[in-house]
Amino acid sequence: MKQDPAFYDYWPYQNRPKITWPNGAKVAFWVAPNIEFYELDPPNNPHRKAWPRPYPDIAGYGIRDYGNRVGHQRQMALLDKYGIRGSISLSTALCDHHPEIISACKDRNWEFFSHGIYNTRYTYGMSEQQERDMIKDSIETIYKHTEQKCAGYLAPALSHSERTIDLFAEVGSELFGDEAGYYTCDLFHDDQPTPIHLDKAKKFVSIPYSLEMNDTIAYVVNKVEPRRYGEQIKRCFDRLYEEGETSGTVMCVPTHNYQVSCPHRLKAFEEALEYITGHSDVWVATGREIADYFIANYYDETKDSIAGGRNER
Amino acid sequence: MSDKKLPADYLEYPQRSYGMDHDLYQWSMLSDRPKISWPNGKKLALWLNIPVQFFPLDQRGDPFKVPAGMTMPYPDLRHFSLRDYGNRVGIYRLLKAFDNFNSKPTFAINSQMVSRAPYLIEQINSRGDDVICHGLHMDALHHSGLTESQEREQIKQAIEQLSSALDSDIKGWLSPAKNQSPNTLKLLREQGIDYVCDWVNDDLPYSMNTENGSINAMPLSTELEDYFVIQQNFHSEQSWLEQVCDACDFLIEEANDQDSGRMLALNIHPWLMGQPHRIEYLEQLLEYLSSKQEIWHAGANQIQAHWAAAQNT
Repeated sequence: MKQDPAFYDYWPYQNRPKITWPNGAKVAFWVAPNIEFYELDPPNNPHRKAWPRPYPDIAGYGIRDYGNRVGHQRQMALLDKYGIRGSISLSTALCDHHPEIISACKDRNWEFFSHGIYNTRYTYGMSEQQERDMIKDSIETIYKHTEQKCAGYLAPALSHSERTIDLFAEVGSELFGDEAGYYTCDLFHDDQPTPIHLDKAKKFVSIPYSLEMNDTIAYVVNKVEPRRYGEQIKRCFDRLYEEGETSGTVMCVPTHNYQVSCPHRLKAFEEALEYITGHSDVWVATGREIADYFIANYYDETKDSIAGGRNER
Repeated sequence: MSDKKLPADYLEYPQRSYGMDHDLYQWSMLSDRPKISWPNGKKLALWLNIPVQFFPLDQRGDPFKVPAGMTMPYPDLRHFSLRDYGNRVGIYRLLKAFDNFNSKPTFAINSQMVSRAPYLIEQINSRGDDVICHGLHMDALHHSGLTESQEREQIKQAIEQLSSALDSDIKGWLSPAKNQSPNTLKLLREQGIDYVCDWVNDDLPYSMNTENGSINAMPLSTELEDYFVIQQNFHSEQSWLEQVCDACDFLIEEANDQDSGRMLALNIHPWLMGQPHRIEYLEQLLEYLSSKQEIWHAGANQIQAHWAAAQNT
């Protein structure tokens, strides 16, 4: 085990080179719906239990199924209304189980990125070859069903190995060269993109995904009331918008259809989206678009700034 | 983490194909279903579910401790008597409130309450409201540790005991803790039950499959229930009221937009909302719900029967 994963260097949030997003935008805003499939009877993983109750745990399974049966269409209608294209963190087996959902997202030109095969198959305990195979399967599945070359990764159920990020980058390159496997959502250390150190050199970035704005973290872990969650999103946006004047920031709202799309929660979320998209200097984007723009315009400059040990103005 | 390796078949996915990963019901999105019309052009069927529960002091907790059950070393007098409060005091506050606002409650009764509080059961029976069988008591869970014949006996006993105190037949079932074994559905069907309230994956009834024929699911929301919101998420009573009102408004709007009925299922515990400092929030809720012209105030039997009849036309 390591004391620090060493994916990035310390880089203070002041005097950084200025990022300006397209059309002079101060904030790159993206919404990442997690579209997940949880298995009722997954194989045992000795490192983490899938369900708290014995098989069949219909309580946990049922509400997650609600997300696909009921919630998905609600959130999709909402994102349509505010002109937001979702960046889907996808349990890629869902392409097989629920192709209707994939097809509706494809029609809207939403981005698909990998969130593993099922959210009940954890990385813990996998050999490097197993994890590599699982990641490869997920990227190939996305390509087969959507013709998209998967750019981003969020490990299934946020279960990682020390090699997860490297393996994703390497498998992406093996399959599609520099067109796949170049951003991660697994790190929460910053409000701006960060170049990531890999074993095999590649332009690869961490795109801020936000645990704090994640509806499941808000509702299940922090036990936040729905209207307060809406307020938190607005306050987060206000501050990142203000700071984005100095250098462009990234704001993500990761969602789950079994959380935010419940009937007592969607209105507060809608008010937050209406508020954010009502501002002029917001770039409503996808994860891939943010990563592409950053790599094309700011990656080298940022690397130099970090390597310089002190930040240039 | 790496000391426990995963077997090769951890990356095998035998259920990875169209639809669900089990045969209990068909995959279908709510927005794709045939439209449902409630009587008199109402948009939202409101099911107020009132559990009448017995939490035994000598809780076995097999295979888990039921939520809201005993948590302290034996004898946990505080939780035993606080739950009993609901059946002695709280329920009568609720009944008065229902009558004041012309509400239509449905009672889900642990059959052992028949012998523990015959006066209360007779009161409920004479009101003529719908009654659902809620198993024997809150520590008599349905789970895979029971043999099929043990579980059959448990179901039979509960239905017979409760039926003996009622003038009407029992159509619906709510398992303690909404927990099921792999046999529960087929055994309920075998015992003549028409619908089951354990699954939370929809906002309308739907049909489930068993070896003994089909049984209908009547989803009873956990996310909106008083105990979940107030005592598991620690939200205020005011927030619970807001959440339920927001859900009501949202579902009415969705029913209008999609020209198809929706269902709002609220589980309200006499031992919780029947407390003197909480009852006013329930009263405010009932007042709000009674003011909505779009609501069909109905019992669970009625809603289920209406839905089932509509499927055959």
